[in-house]
Amino acid sequence: MLQKRNSRKADLSQLIIPLAALGILLLFNLIRGIVIGDLRFFSIGIGENIYGNTVLTGNLISIIDDASALAIIAMGMTLVTAACGGQDISVGAVGAISGAIFINVLAAFGLDKISVGTILVALLAATAVTIIFTLFNGTLVAVFKIQPMIATLILFSCGRSIAYMITGSATPQLNDPLINAIGKTIPGIPIPTPIFLVVIMGLLLTLIFKLTNLRLYTQTVGINQGAARLNGINPVIIKLLSFVILGICVSLAAMIQVCRLNQLAHKTLLDAIEMDAILAVAIGGNSLGGGKFRLSGTILGAYIILMLTNTLNDMNVSADSIKAYKAIVIIIIVIAGSPGIKNKISELWKKSRSRSSKAMAGR
Amino acid sequence: MKMTVKTSEVHTRHRQPMTDTKLLMLIAIGTFIVMYAFAMIFIGKRFLTIKEIFNLLNNNAYLIILGCSLTIVMIGGSIDISVGGVVCLSAMSCAKLLQYLQAQGIEGPLGVILSLLLALGIGLLFGIEQGYLVSYLEIQPFIVTLAGMFLSRGVTTMVSSENVPIKHAGFQAFKSIALQVPNVFKLELGAAIALLVLIGMYLLLRHHKLGRSIYALGGNRQSALMLGINVKRSRFLSHVISSVLAGLAGYVFIMHASSGKTSIGLRSEMDAIAAAIIGGTLLTGGVGNVFGTFIGVMILSTIQEIMAASKVQESYWQEIASGALLGFFIMLQSVVLSGREKRRAKKNTMVAAEVKG
Repeated sequence: MLQKRNSRKADLSQLIIPLAALGILLLFNLIRGIVIGDLRFFSIGIGENIYGNTVLTGNLISIIDDASALAIIAMGMTLVTAACGGQDISVGAVGAISGAIFINVLAAFGLDKISVGTILVALLAATAVTIIFTLFNGTLVAVFKIQPMIATLILFSCGRSIAYMITGSATPQLNDPLINAIGKTIPGIPIPTPIFLVVIMGLLLTLIFKLTNLRLYTQTVGINQGAARLNGINPVIIKLLSFVILGICVSLAAMIQVCRLNQLAHKTLLDAIEMDAILAVAIGGNSLGGGKFRLSGTILGAYIILMLTNTLNDMNVSADSIKAYKAIVIIIIVIAGSPGIKNKISELWKKSRSRSSKAMAGR
Repeated sequence: MKMTVKTSEVHTRHRQPMTDTKLLMLIAIGTFIVMYAFAMIFIGKRFLTIKEIFNLLNNNAYLIILGCSLTIVMIGGSIDISVGGVVCLSAMSCAKLLQYLQAQGIEGPLGVILSLLLALGIGLLFGIEQGYLVSYLEIQPFIVTLAGMFLSRGVTTMVSSENVPIKHAGFQAFKSIALQVPNVFKLELGAAIALLVLIGMYLLLRHHKLGRSIYALGGNRQSALMLGINVKRSRFLSHVISSVLAGLAGYVFIMHASSGKTSIGLRSEMDAIAAAIIGGTLLTGGVGNVFGTFIGVMILSTIQEIMAASKVQESYWQEIASGALLGFFIMLQSVVLSGREKRRAKKNTMVAAEVKG
């Protein structure tokens, strides 16, 4: 009983970092809003978009909406991190390939004849191709035993070129109510569709974890691969499976992003998302060295990153310089979670405890 | 006397893996020769002259330095992907400083020295930060240097987001120093610096105590610790050297290009890692050679030249080709490594059987 309570406590303690970060950001914006007399950051309202639908508007809604693609990719990244102890840095480039396939299949049916069926076919084709690419990464990692970041460096550097090879220099425009329904809002429903897709993906993964032993197996492989093998778990299969799930996440995120922007730009689609996804995993309190993970922390992390970006944008920091601030945040987080600092803190904790127990004994 | 015994011990410990490095390096040299022969046959005349080889050197001087910096961290069992960003930051800052000095009317050699110090200083700062986080706080090097990459790129855009042309007279005079015989060959100062760095790194890694301890650390951290090597300090210094070299590479870059841009060194960390891997530096650490890396740089730049000469307009083919080459060599390494492990296991069982017998 006590053990169960302890493990529950340990689980929840993972959420301390993201919740603290969220609190700091909200507090900062509140104070800043009061000082400059403009609480636009917290605005939520109801308005009409250009298609005449009633939708929820406001800064907080747009932050949650913007974070959708990142949140979905970060979920897959959490699994890969947990199983392999490293991150896939090719997600942005592979996402560009996935978007290119999606658009090409739609164009093959005819861009003026888009229906639910063709979108589904395009998504399936894109997902299949994406899974092939992530499985290539996965094979290098699981079978050839190469560090994940080096293995994915190959596609990181030439993935966007492959996307360019698929589409060529043309940037087809998508102007269809169905595409807008996926990327923006469905008529009659005030909440943007990408938010629903995040919820669906999250529920799906949670359901898989509840119904199967995947979470336990992934964590076991991440913590000690040899022990996992001796216990009858095949580490290669588990690692490959995590890359397959990442592939599904990436193709879904690419579709969302293509539908939001109504076009494909192979150079800028999901640009630099790998950094944000790793940051989301780290902020979510997951160990970047593999092992235990928590999806809710990662999703919270994705929203925190977009909130940070939004705040910096609001303070007139240029889009390129935001990278530097994000890097500083990631450095602070990894320092806070580093083994050296953790040891020091636990030493201090023990010292203070022993001192207090001595004081008790003295009394 | 005691010291010599120790170094020879380290030496014999690494004698066996060296055979694999030699194999990997031979494959790299073979690839280079085949590729160059291919260029000679299909592209023709231009590749037949000595001048072309020196052109490759001049155009890729900064990449040779970056390759050296990656080799030293990779031998130490770590990695540094911030080098491309550091190159960009140091090049941009130097360009900006030279522009400022010119506006102030300081056109002499003072500008050259100040900008060189600035470049090395930027490298030193990044090296100390990353080395400290990686070795003393034991954070994954990939995360630290990924953050360093974004930090340096972000700061670069704060320094300037536009192209900064360099018209500083002293710098122009300095960079046009070259060793040349007209129409036969021309070795620019930047390339000469790169070759000096190459030789310096070779001597450091082969014959200096620090270099030997970096090899030992990458080979087996635990045994290095038991040999009494200061493991943390060695890893820290390897990161510092790597970043300082990256700063120097930025300086060499503007000596060739004579303007600062935000796109400098984009993906060059990937090229440098590829060069090191192609040249036989193991990803797991402990094995490698800067001359192998040099061959790797030459292979990559030959591909570049072939792509440019065969009039492939889109640069994407070049990226795909170097990506495929990197993938091939990574897999080759993995195969060689697993073969070595198998041989070792076999040997161990044979020894055990002998002891029993």
